[in-house]
Amino acid sequence: MSTTVLETQTVLDQASPASAPPRQKSSVEVTDYNNRQTVGKITVDNPKMICRDVDVFYGAKQAIRKVGLDIGANEVIAFIGPSGCGKSTFLRCLNRMNDTIPSSRVTGQIMLDNEDIYAREIDVVQLRARVGMVFQKPNPFPKSIYENVAYGPRIHGMVNTKAELDALVHDSLERAGLIKEVEKRMQEPGTSLSGGQQQRLCIARAIAVNPEVILMDEPCSALDPIATAKIEELIDELRENYTIVIVTHSMQQAARVSQRTAYFHLGDLIEIGDTDQIFTNPRHKLTEDYITGRFG
Amino acid sequence: MNKPVTGSAAPPSSRDIKTIVYQNLARRRADERRFRNYGLVAITLGLAFVVLMFGNIISKGLPAFWQTYIQVPITFDAAVLDPQGSHDPQALASADYSALVRSGMHQLFPNVEGRLPLRALGGLISSDAAYELQRRVQDKPELLGSTQPIWLLASAAVDTFFKGNIDRTLPEAERPIKDNQIEWLDQLKATGKIDKHFNAVLFQNGDSREPEQAGIRGALMGSFFTLLVTFLLSFPIGVATAVYLEEFAPKNRWTDIIEVNINNLAAVPSIVFGLLGLAVFINFFGLPRSAPLVGGLVLSLMTLPVIIIAGRAALTSVPPSIREAALGMGASKLQMVGHHVLPLALPGMLTGSIIGMARALGESAPLLMIGMIAFIVDVPKNFLDPATVLPVQIYLWSDLPERAFVERTSAAIMVLLAFMILMNGLAILLRKRFERRW
Repeated sequence: MSTTVLETQTVLDQASPASAPPRQKSSVEVTDYNNRQTVGKITVDNPKMICRDVDVFYGAKQAIRKVGLDIGANEVIAFIGPSGCGKSTFLRCLNRMNDTIPSSRVTGQIMLDNEDIYAREIDVVQLRARVGMVFQKPNPFPKSIYENVAYGPRIHGMVNTKAELDALVHDSLERAGLIKEVEKRMQEPGTSLSGGQQQRLCIARAIAVNPEVILMDEPCSALDPIATAKIEELIDELRENYTIVIVTHSMQQAARVSQRTAYFHLGDLIEIGDTDQIFTNPRHKLTEDYITGRFG
Repeated sequence: MNKPVTGSAAPPSSRDIKTIVYQNLARRRADERRFRNYGLVAITLGLAFVVLMFGNIISKGLPAFWQTYIQVPITFDAAVLDPQGSHDPQALASADYSALVRSGMHQLFPNVEGRLPLRALGGLISSDAAYELQRRVQDKPELLGSTQPIWLLASAAVDTFFKGNIDRTLPEAERPIKDNQIEWLDQLKATGKIDKHFNAVLFQNGDSREPEQAGIRGALMGSFFTLLVTFLLSFPIGVATAVYLEEFAPKNRWTDIIEVNINNLAAVPSIVFGLLGLAVFINFFGLPRSAPLVGGLVLSLMTLPVIIIAGRAALTSVPPSIREAALGMGASKLQMVGHHVLPLALPGMLTGSIIGMARALGESAPLLMIGMIAFIVDVPKNFLDPATVLPVQIYLWSDLPERAFVERTSAAIMVLLAFMILMNGLAILLRKRFERRW
């Protein structure tokens, strides 16, 4: 456990950290847990998702410890941290993709529009239609470009006629900035596109079902700088209509695309705050070490 | 090697390393050459045996695809066939057609007299010739009263002799064909009235005690019905099992046990499945013996583990990113499997199934246990008719002493091999055609 313990105390506010006011300490908000703290303000004024006390276990191993943060509406929030710090694991909790791993167990509270997404009456199918996901490696279905985008609306029964579907596919590809490149080749396989185009196709596929939140798990790690620039531009445009959570290994990328940044370390949320502040004036030693390149 | 050397363990100078590597290089190259030669020898040996086997079977079996026929002038004598002149089909069916054959042969050799020589003369023609004439008259009653030269099937002994497989220098008592018969055959040959035609009988008839009338149609139809039952049962059940075990079943002790048992079943000797079929399907459920239905059930038991194992391998080879993509879009598990995983895995599953079916086609041991080894003349018409299958037919014929059956055995093996190659070719074609890359 390399987390620096700033001060030892037993005063806890785990029971309802959302309602209890975080302790103020030299103008920096700090949320205290048993033996560690999250530095920075975890709440926002208009939250889309609220996560409190999230623990994730893979079998007996704990991958995430008591993570609590808010995700604001129409903001881009970046999760950064060294490999294995649990940022992807936490991201996958947000649309319950961890459910597919049989040994995983998630406790705590994750709310989407004040609805607990882990509640018994919530259907994951519906949840994943509201919280879309773009993966690290572009993974278009081995079907045509058209079918890739049309798949989501079709299984959710969002359109009634072929014309509506055509319009929706066209619109989604347009918003993903791909339409010019694929307009003439809609029936070609999605896998015939280049890596960057495939990733934008995956984004088009995700926004075709009009989700409220889009999760992106290192969406540019398999792409070259030009394709990366296009995706980043796209993320900035998408922010108008969607809330975006992005996991990235590139600190420059986090700085470029996000408004808020959360730094994870070995399963703990160490620091969270405005992106400008995190990169110019980190308050926690671990954050500072990481962003200055001392490790990670 | 830029680091400063400290202590006593100084590395050898660069010159030393060169010589050491060079010395080793010769040895390493020799090793490689030797290994390559081992491989070449192994492949050459394997190919030699394949060529030997195919050469032997084809050289023995190829003549069986041609059969000796004798052209005989047949007078469809109304006085013999239809003494009452009633044109009654019943009377026509039961008339003495062999008398026509006998008189036709006598017409060819008018000088032959006496009971024994005449019988020897008639013995040149297969007993099937009478039935052939009967069929012709039934198809075309207007033949009555006319005289036609007709190619009639020669007897097996004549066929064997004509193909050069009987040594005419042997003493007469040791030959199936006698001196006077040889004389007649030589005359027939000189006038061009004996010749080899394509052996359609082989593909039209069921089994027979007379080699010239024996065919593989019964066995082919038996194999077809048996395999149809096997495929219809084992493919859907096998695919469903593989999908359930791979995609839906929880990973616990029970599924582990099931998995181990499926793998064990694939290694069970096939005759054990035959015993099981005899005990369960025939003795307990009372299904008929020798029926393709029971054969198919038994072969399904044998093929199922193969299809399940191949199916699971095909499912695991579908990349997890496709599953994640589908789930991430909000597809349910069934939609994920049905829309994405199964279509991608299906070519592999089909390939495994076809190879399993090819194995089932070549299987004989379990079918012996359920009575598919009986001597069955009739061509089976449905799943419950008594039948035999190609490999069992081969086994049955290989036991018979007549020379003509030896070549038919090889011919049947050729047909079986052709089907095997066809099925394996189909499997390769399907894999090449539908294999999708991602």
